Amino acid sequence: MKFGVVVFPGSNCDHDAFYALGNVLQKPVEFIWHQSEDLANCDAIILPGGFSYGDYLRTGAIARFSPVMKSVEKFANSGGLVLGVCNGFQILCEAGLLPGAMMRNSGLRFICRHVHIRVEQTDTPFTNAASKGQILKIPIAHSDGNYNCDEATLAELEKNHQVIFRYTTPDGSNDDAGNPNGAVHNIAGICNRGRNVAGLMPHPERAVEAALGSTDGLTIFRSMVEALVGAAKATA
Amino acid sequence: MATAATEIKVTPEIAAEHGLTAEEYARVKKILGRDPNITELGIFSVMWSEHCSYKSSKVHLKRLPTRGKLVVQGPGENAGVVDIGDGLVAAFKIESHNHPSYVEPFQGATTGVGGILRDIFSMGARPIAVLDSLRFGEITAGKNTSEEEAAKNRRILDGVIRGIANYGNCFGVPTVGGEVCFEPCYSQNPLVNALALGIARKEEIFLAKAKGIGNPVIYVGAKTGRDGIHGASLLASAEFTEESQQKRPNVQVGDPFVEKLLLEACLEAMQTGAVVAIQDMGAAGLTCSTTEMASRGGTGIEIDLARVPQRETGMTPYEIMLSESQERMLLVAENGREHEVLAVFKKWGLDAMVVGQVTDGGLMRVKDHGKTVADIPAHPLAEEGPVYNRPLAAPAPRVESEKDWFTFAPEGANLTQNFVKLLSSPAIASKRWITEQYDTSVRTNTLAGPGASDAAVVRIKDPKTGVVKRALALATDGNGRWCQLNPRVGPMHAVAEAARNVAASGARPIAATNCLNFGSPEKPEVMWQFSQVIDGVGEACTALGTPITGGNVSFYNETLGKSIYPTPVIGVLGILDDASRVLKIAFREEGDIILLLDGVASTVGARYIVPSSGNSAREFSSSEYSKTVGGIVAGEPPAIDLSAEKRLIDCLVALAAEGSLQSAHDISDGGLAVTLAESCFAANGLSATAKLEETGPVEAVLFGERGARAVVSVNPTQLACVLDTARQYQVAAHEVGKVIRGDAFRIQYKGSAVIDSSIPALHDAWAHSLERTIFGK
Repeated sequence: MKFGVVVFPGSNCDHDAFYALGNVLQKPVEFIWHQSEDLANCDAIILPGGFSYGDYLRTGAIARFSPVMKSVEKFANSGGLVLGVCNGFQILCEAGLLPGAMMRNSGLRFICRHVHIRVEQTDTPFTNAASKGQILKIPIAHSDGNYNCDEATLAELEKNHQVIFRYTTPDGSNDDAGNPNGAVHNIAGICNRGRNVAGLMPHPERAVEAALGSTDGLTIFRSMVEALVGAAKATA
Repeated sequence: MATAATEIKVTPEIAAEHGLTAEEYARVKKILGRDPNITELGIFSVMWSEHCSYKSSKVHLKRLPTRGKLVVQGPGENAGVVDIGDGLVAAFKIESHNHPSYVEPFQGATTGVGGILRDIFSMGARPIAVLDSLRFGEITAGKNTSEEEAAKNRRILDGVIRGIANYGNCFGVPTVGGEVCFEPCYSQNPLVNALALGIARKEEIFLAKAKGIGNPVIYVGAKTGRDGIHGASLLASAEFTEESQQKRPNVQVGDPFVEKLLLEACLEAMQTGAVVAIQDMGAAGLTCSTTEMASRGGTGIEIDLARVPQRETGMTPYEIMLSESQERMLLVAENGREHEVLAVFKKWGLDAMVVGQVTDGGLMRVKDHGKTVADIPAHPLAEEGPVYNRPLAAPAPRVESEKDWFTFAPEGANLTQNFVKLLSSPAIASKRWITEQYDTSVRTNTLAGPGASDAAVVRIKDPKTGVVKRALALATDGNGRWCQLNPRVGPMHAVAEAARNVAASGARPIAATNCLNFGSPEKPEVMWQFSQVIDGVGEACTALGTPITGGNVSFYNETLGKSIYPTPVIGVLGILDDASRVLKIAFREEGDIILLLDGVASTVGARYIVPSSGNSAREFSSSEYSKTVGGIVAGEPPAIDLSAEKRLIDCLVALAAEGSLQSAHDISDGGLAVTLAESCFAANGLSATAKLEETGPVEAVLFGERGARAVVSVNPTQLACVLDTARQYQVAAHEVGKVIRGDAFRIQYKGSAVIDSSIPALHDAWAHSLERTIFGK
């Protein structure tokens, strides 16, 4: 099992994802340079947070044209696990691997704080270690996290149970009150129809040790590990 | 020597327009042995500007303590460096970007952050934290501030905050702390002081010394444009007038994305082993980096401007040499290995060009398409500039009497309303609206972000293995009001409070950096303030064992002839040997005992710098409460006892190490009552009840700001242990209250409830008032 963390020019959570997987979870992990089309036989790809290409033009709009994204697309289309965090989520949307797009936060400012998200679906490789309805405390740090899409897409997302994380209050009682950025249907994270590609705005790699204020992000990475172990067993 | 490249003939008048005095111009001619051409004049004018040469401050700065066991690099390099154990060092420095931030708040603040970050990574250290110490004019209309002015100050604040956020967030460094203060004197001259901290392996620190004759000089990073020309000389080294807004083109424009690439490329290039020296191009750009590197290396440098990557066409040598375009570095590589360095920059998509080489003979020679356009001895240019021992004059002593001072409320008065007013004042209110705009957690090192602890605490991951052992704590402080009232004692408080904050996070203070913000050095009263402040900072740093390792001086903070308060901002760095022992301000458990630790109460070795007048009204008149509730700013800062401060600091560090405390929070702005309330706000569902028995007016007891004190909470089972340790350090420990579950917040004084409220009510006033003020709600 090997994780690959893609490094775009301007990625700045690449080291954090690497540390979470390599040091905290003790799993093999390596960086993949954006100009490489070789995914180095990784079993799961992380598109990390940051400001790829300065987020000039539009978040993720330039990064999607990086050579590495051709390989990521192929990898995803053949069932490989791809997780986009924050800027990575934005890139996945721009690349068409996930539906929808990000708008500027409704408050028009960058927001960095711990938020609470509810796990809506547990039948994905990103949430299988969670229980349905479990509340995770994970920080956000973004200006453009206001997820949106057209009505038909939204209906599709809901119908196919592709909304995997929703913002909510700490006790899970009021989703609207827990929404930090105006995202439609309080969406914090979604997956594709094949359930092998997911994106979320909160940063699970920043919530992997009690000293950082939460270990809830580990649930997402552990889910991926379990999914990979399961897949390996299935093919063995 | 060809001067034909430039048509303008230099005259004494043109020299004067460049800010050079007649004597300075004569010195230029003496060094050159001839008249300078216009490019050379420009080079001299920026190198000898106050901002770059420290010509007015040098004679005083020598009095600061700069040595210490852990100091690896003191002042004079891009940043100070201290040993933090296990083969690692910390590089840190604070710098001002005041004038640009008034003229163009957003870009001024961004480039302030960008500049200090380059100072850190040009030393080979990866930046891991940024703090910002900010001063603005009042943001609410009042006695000294019109609504129009308050609105303008709110706009400046908003621009500065967005600028800091924009740069740090994109660059990927957490902005973890600092302070924001408001005084009318900063209305047309806000202070934006940015501090950055980085980590490196000790043997991999890079210095800015051009060594090795024949080694190539390489320009890397962003292209050079016409922005920021004369930023250092005309913007930073002159006071403001009504025309200052016309200086907007002198403000640089920042690009944090390019800086991020530059960071990664520089650190990677350094790993090749082919880099000999490196310096960032900040103030005075190419001029300063070439001159200083050659001067420090005892060498010369020759460059050809035709090879400098340029953003615009038709730039003259004068413009290229003086441009302050951001995100550029100059480095010296080992001869024959330049391709290794160039390859790294190419990988990161950055310009990198060999623009010249290191020469012997000590000349800074600038060519343009092979034709010499400037030929100046580097060492005299960098080191033999003018040095002024400017006249000092103490102002006439302030004559004050009781009627100028705060009048205390009668005994037994209920002070709840005043307390709410204090909590909602911009100075005391929560700064969360600001700090949430900063990325505080990127790099996953933040153990205590803004407001969680008295200092910002970041853990140290070993750069190679990621293993965590220690943590670093940083705090900034500088009460301008106190320095105005007493420029000798005020700065001692600044050092003491920053060090106390660091200790209250559990870390041992080890070193300091300072940013000295003052009015015009040409005014004897300002120079007197400066001299006093240097002595105050020096004495406190010596007493507390925190040598000054770097920083900067910002003069000419005046508008229309009016100076700001003398404002030394002190950043203190501390080390926690065990990263798991961080102390935070939040109360933790119902039933915990609240102790007031007081370093002064023990009279052993007490030494008051200002003999206490015994008149608490006089000292209280300089407090935040007096300003907010009474509208009075007068008197003297509280007397300070540095040995008491040291005892308290040592005691807190020991208590943190033994793990016997539940929380710690020092007493500063707003006094004991605010300290107690903040420890409740940070906790979940907890409150406090306190009974105070001190003597003196109740307002002085609740809101007085005397130093050397901290509030800690202790589990009852640990009480004996804590009291024992306090005794060992000769620190008094008074039991003042208990942590309780619920909402009620009550403080009794001599048997009567003087504050009687609830945490939700107080929290509402404290938590949301800044936002309400900004948006006029």
